[in-house]
Amino acid sequence: MIEFLMPSLGADMEAGTLVEWRKKPGDSVKRGDIIAEVETQKGLIEIEVFDEGIIEELLIKEGTKIPVGTLMALINPPESIEKTKKISAPKKTTITIQPTEEKIIEKGTGEKFEEKLFKVSPLAKRIATENKIDLSQIQGSGEDGAITKEDVENAIVQQNKVAKIPKETIESIKEKSTSQIESIRSAVAAAMSKSNREIPHYYLEKRIDITKTLAWLRATNHQRPIHKRLLPAALLIKAVAQSLVNFPDLNAIWENGIQIKKEINIGFVVSLRGGGIIVPTIHTANLKNIDEIMEVLNDIIPRARAMKLRSSDLSDSTITITSLGEGGADAVFGVIYPPQVAIIGFGGSSQQPFVENGMLGIRTVFTATLTGDHRATDGLTGSDFLSALNKHLQNPELL
Amino acid sequence: MNEVEIKEIIFQLLKQIAPDTEPSQLKPNENIRETLNIDSFDSLQFLVSLNEKLGIEIPEEDYGETTTLNNLVNYILEKMKI
Repeated sequence: MIEFLMPSLGADMEAGTLVEWRKKPGDSVKRGDIIAEVETQKGLIEIEVFDEGIIEELLIKEGTKIPVGTLMALINPPESIEKTKKISAPKKTTITIQPTEEKIIEKGTGEKFEEKLFKVSPLAKRIATENKIDLSQIQGSGEDGAITKEDVENAIVQQNKVAKIPKETIESIKEKSTSQIESIRSAVAAAMSKSNREIPHYYLEKRIDITKTLAWLRATNHQRPIHKRLLPAALLIKAVAQSLVNFPDLNAIWENGIQIKKEINIGFVVSLRGGGIIVPTIHTANLKNIDEIMEVLNDIIPRARAMKLRSSDLSDSTITITSLGEGGADAVFGVIYPPQVAIIGFGGSSQQPFVENGMLGIRTVFTATLTGDHRATDGLTGSDFLSALNKHLQNPELL
Repeated sequence: MNEVEIKEIIFQLLKQIAPDTEPSQLKPNENIRETLNIDSFDSLQFLVSLNEKLGIEIPEEDYGETTTLNNLVNYILEKMKI
């Protein structure tokens, strides 16, 4: 049986509210299908499945707030549907008695929790199981924070309130846009505070002549109808992704040490009109050509601004790019989005006196910056990366 | 199509891109992008939707002629004559 868990949509996300199941038991699903809609700080997110099979059971009620990692549904893989039915009972026993797993799965409660995290009386535990209460969500009032029978009974009262959310309330969840701006603000605040608390940042900048780059872009766009035209952002994303191939230490996450990521998934900062930012992912950007990256941007930016993203749009970024666009500040020194280890920033371009080969000329120039996590890399790595990025930008036709 | 109708379409398309603004309040010589706070991505989307709605092709080198309400309307009127 495949366990479908509440996915994490970034370091700043701890929980979400299940608004609607899009599938029911017995429905078959394949990778990429939307199984549910979950309200998060980043708006209403469509949650995708990553496995193929038939929905066996949906374990969470619509309207329930659930932490990241919660068991939400059980999916039967296609090849073992017959087999799984027969062995499902003994399988459950096996999991329960395996002490090395440090956790048990209470089928029926729909929740997954670590037993060692809290103390609970046997009576309270039994009542909780019978009433499908997640013990990990209860603040114990007994000795040493132990969960008592009364705590569980209070939780049952709370759960019944949640379960009785009328349809109108669920509809209003979809519409609350002002509070959405506030929740985006607090999501950004949480992630950036964590970053500033935990990550020792170092900062580098490089002035890059992009006259040739923009000329190539103009020539390319000149031959294209308007809906096929490229924006500089697509080229910058490709150049960063291509440069990262030779700097794997920057395409990584820090979790008890550096973990280098195979896929280069670029998080691209999109500012929202009401304030705040959202950072959708461009997956395997080094394997896409500039046209394909532009197609992704055309799809993802309007959806990000409308706060209509899917779970895969917000997951697995391995590095972030923030680009200010023309007319704004000259340089941006980003704050790393944890658990990533670097963020690349592009300032606005302008015409400037620029010396090349002993000749002074007027060139279009911008400042590229790299903020690195000093636990993961040193300034030299970042510096070499910016030089490689410069080389790629001087040869846009090769990207 | 006259000037008033063209303006009406422009306002409608800008409102789609910047729903929190009031495009009809734009002064004739104000920079549209700066006033409504539209970035390069949304600006391209706006020109794409103008192209779809009016069937006019706007080459990149003409973007400079589309920055204010006045010059955009004039540009479209010129294009429609051709």
